[in-house]
Amino acid sequence: MSWLKKHWWLAGLILALTVALLSPLASPHPDGLERVAEDQGIIDRAKGPPFRIVTDYLFPGIHDERLATILAGLLGTAVVFALVGGVAWIARRRHSRSHDRPLPPSGPGPDAGS
Amino acid sequence: MHIPDGFLNTATSLAAWSASAAGLAYALRRVDKTLGERQVPLMGVTAAFIFAAQMLNFTVIGGTSGHLLGGALAAILLGPWAGTLVLTSVLVVQALLFQDGGLLALGANALNMALIGVLAGWAAYTLLGRLFGRRPWAVFAAGFLAGWLSVELAALAAATELALSGTLAWQVVVPAMGGIHALIGVGEGLITVAVLGFLRVARPDLLALGQTTEVSKDGMP
Repeated sequence: MSWLKKHWWLAGLILALTVALLSPLASPHPDGLERVAEDQGIIDRAKGPPFRIVTDYLFPGIHDERLATILAGLLGTAVVFALVGGVAWIARRRHSRSHDRPLPPSGPGPDAGS
Repeated sequence: MHIPDGFLNTATSLAAWSASAAGLAYALRRVDKTLGERQVPLMGVTAAFIFAAQMLNFTVIGGTSGHLLGGALAAILLGPWAGTLVLTSVLVVQALLFQDGGLLALGANALNMALIGVLAGWAAYTLLGRLFGRRPWAVFAAGFLAGWLSVELAALAAATELALSGTLAWQVVVPAMGGIHALIGVGEGLITVAVLGFLRVARPDLLALGQTTEVSKDGMP
């Protein structure tokens, strides 16, 4: 429990990856916008992408569709976590260094009066 | 609700790109000033969860599905501007890596879901929180309505862009998009409440982060 409390972000990431594991259970029906586009006969106006990487959330080269979906989901979840967490971490470090701010619990920081 | 390329005309796409770029620049400035120590990992975890949950379409009615957008959830957990950055990042990865949502349409998708969706969710949650107070049922009711409104307004924004592009007539696309997303928004509201309920039990301190950063920014106690 104390390990989970300290590494809560890791627990959160594992939870997100677990949700990605469930991705083959997703409803195969078109979403709201696709439904409207189909009903109104404009769905064919959608242009294919100029390049393809993990199109349709299927990891390339995997024949089992469920496995391809799961791998795509795990990849995307990890990439998004690394991108957002990484950018925020860099911004935070740059910021705390330039302000030479003491750690949060140690009383009012330099910007307390602003 | 990810608009593919081909649905919007160039003028509408570029206008949406400009609006979302301006909004994103403002969000970056605000987050840079207020980013707290514990928000860093929470931003990463929230983004990862929203990406994964967006893959889990749920059936609503008549062979139509919806999925979590997560705008209200991100706003409640992180505040509106960090929430905007999180949703924008998810949309960028979806467009670039997964070809979900067009590239020319990325500006519109970011405007609809990362700005309008997040800010609507934030505004609804904050206003209702003031009205209802801090009791558990009030927090859940505010979370549900914030989730619903964020989806509905994002859908109406997408409908507006489709109409402005001349792709569909106003009187067709506004009720069609608004109607189906009024149902999808119920799913959004329920998932938002479920996550808030889970966090209330597991980590109530995290639930307070989005509020405190913005409140302290406004100079209130």
